[in-house]
Amino acid sequence: MAKKKMLLMKGNEALAEAAIQAGCRFYAGYPITPQNEIPEYLSKRMPEAKGVFIQAESEIASINMVYGASAAGVRAMTSSSGPGISLKQETISFLAGAELPAVIINIQRGGPGLGNITASQADYFQAVKGGGHGDYKCIVFSPFNVQEMWDLTMRAFDKADAYRMPVIILGDGVVGQMMEPFHPTKYVRPGLPEKDWILDGCRGREPRVIRTLFVGSGELEKQNILLQKKYVLIRKKEVMFDAYDIEDAELVVVAFGIAARIALSAVKELRRKGKKVGLFRPVTLFPFPEKQIADIADRKKRFIVVEMNAGQMVEDVRLAVNGKADVLFYGRPGGAVFNPEELYRKIKAAYPRVAGTAG
Amino acid sequence: MKKVFSRPKSLKPTPFRYCPGCGHSLVHRIIAEAVDQLKIRTRVIGIAPVGCAVFAYDYFNFDMLEAAHGRPPAAATALKRVMPEKIIFSYQGDGDLAAIGTSEIIHAANRGENLSVFFINNANYGMTGGQMAPTTIHGQRTTTTPSGRDAKTSGYPLRVSELLATIEGVSFVERVSVDSYKNLMRAKRAVTTAFLNQIDCKGFSFVEILSPCPTNWGMTPQKALQWLREALIPVYPLGIIKGKKCN
Repeated sequence: MAKKKMLLMKGNEALAEAAIQAGCRFYAGYPITPQNEIPEYLSKRMPEAKGVFIQAESEIASINMVYGASAAGVRAMTSSSGPGISLKQETISFLAGAELPAVIINIQRGGPGLGNITASQADYFQAVKGGGHGDYKCIVFSPFNVQEMWDLTMRAFDKADAYRMPVIILGDGVVGQMMEPFHPTKYVRPGLPEKDWILDGCRGREPRVIRTLFVGSGELEKQNILLQKKYVLIRKKEVMFDAYDIEDAELVVVAFGIAARIALSAVKELRRKGKKVGLFRPVTLFPFPEKQIADIADRKKRFIVVEMNAGQMVEDVRLAVNGKADVLFYGRPGGAVFNPEELYRKIKAAYPRVAGTAG
Repeated sequence: MKKVFSRPKSLKPTPFRYCPGCGHSLVHRIIAEAVDQLKIRTRVIGIAPVGCAVFAYDYFNFDMLEAAHGRPPAAATALKRVMPEKIIFSYQGDGDLAAIGTSEIIHAANRGENLSVFFINNANYGMTGGQMAPTTIHGQRTTTTPSGRDAKTSGYPLRVSELLATIEGVSFVERVSVDSYKNLMRAKRAVTTAFLNQIDCKGFSFVEILSPCPTNWGMTPQKALQWLREALIPVYPLGIIKGKKCN
């Protein structure tokens, strides 16, 4: 068998190239660390692909440019980090309301406020629970290595188009800045519905309107019910997760993104020491793998959730577990990055003292 | 018999629901007439603001996008860049363009985006019930300046056209009014020029249109036109501020 082609790139650059490969032809962004490699890379690459690159005057303008490009039917993306994503929330809500596809990258940094520029996972709530106003959801992907920065970016564009909604990639500073080899999977476009809603001039057809204002009696509720139906379908069809060694595990670690990557080293080491420990990693944060976690809880496992924040995803784990098992938490807020030894100790301390009695 | 007057094809047969004496319906009409005359209806995409004219898409008979408050120039930038052969205009009020959207309008202008922007200045926030706008004039009473606008606490009337005319990327700026038939015809020529400039790729064109808001000014439609002439025009003088007329 021929050796798999591998590339060595920074996570942020891999993500940017994957966007091009997936047919993204519009990018607007504003400088903010730790995601600057994305606009820098695309400022050169997008014109080569005959797409449009704009360094906008603000985060707000960037996302509104994405709104405009998407209304024209073009695959469009913007990227930023926490403070910038906060500024974009208004139009993320508009994208959801107008049912426009878009890909929004958040290479998280520490917060609140300016925080710092190291890796953090404190924007989970913002990405998963809304952030903007109104009853809406975004599909949220959580890559944990450079391979997934590539693969999930391509998937993000497909899902945005399939469901006509904003999709967020919730990355973090470590994976964005890290160089590691990955296989540049070739983009294969799935079957997608024709974009029969775009604004490109009413030649030979009735004029179209893209809007988020619904003032007629009952009109807005009807529109919201349509959106909710879409989210129900997404919950059913789009859940992605990874599970390592959970079959016989007495203790299941739940972590996403870079925290899962670090936790995996600790879990492997604990297995070598004979501890029955597994790792469950949600790849989609919305839809959240609640059924899978509930199933594990049915088998009387104990959970420990580790996150680089003060405890955000743990709330969704507890909702899924619904009191059927213990859910412990270990987190480092404020841009602090775990090391594997630290997690080894914390997970070991959470391990049930008598095997088989967890929960 | 020769037909001398009819509804432009670019207007839907929907009755305007703007207040009696409001200028929006006049401005909609001249834009629709210009679009018809230039035969660009099937190439045009308009952007509606947040404000009374958010409902512009109920009246214009071509593709329309509704954007967030103040952001039409950013959305317009993207529409034009990805479809350079289409004709893109934004229709914005003074709250939208001169307050919350100052950044977007200045930078779209500064990039010299090949767009046509129609700026409706009625010196207040109409839809929300007549609050002070950046364009509210000295002494003008609004619901948030009950004793009249006082520069000491509320600043000065913002002359957006003059401001934009200083920007290198801007090719055409004219301030017009819809208070009389003569001025309405001038306004239509300015709108047409803004479209022609875009067709000829001359870059950013901006038309500021002084427009009456009798409801929130607390006047009859007739009195509102008189106040526009006597109080508003002296603060916002009419005429071409930058560039040349096309026709």
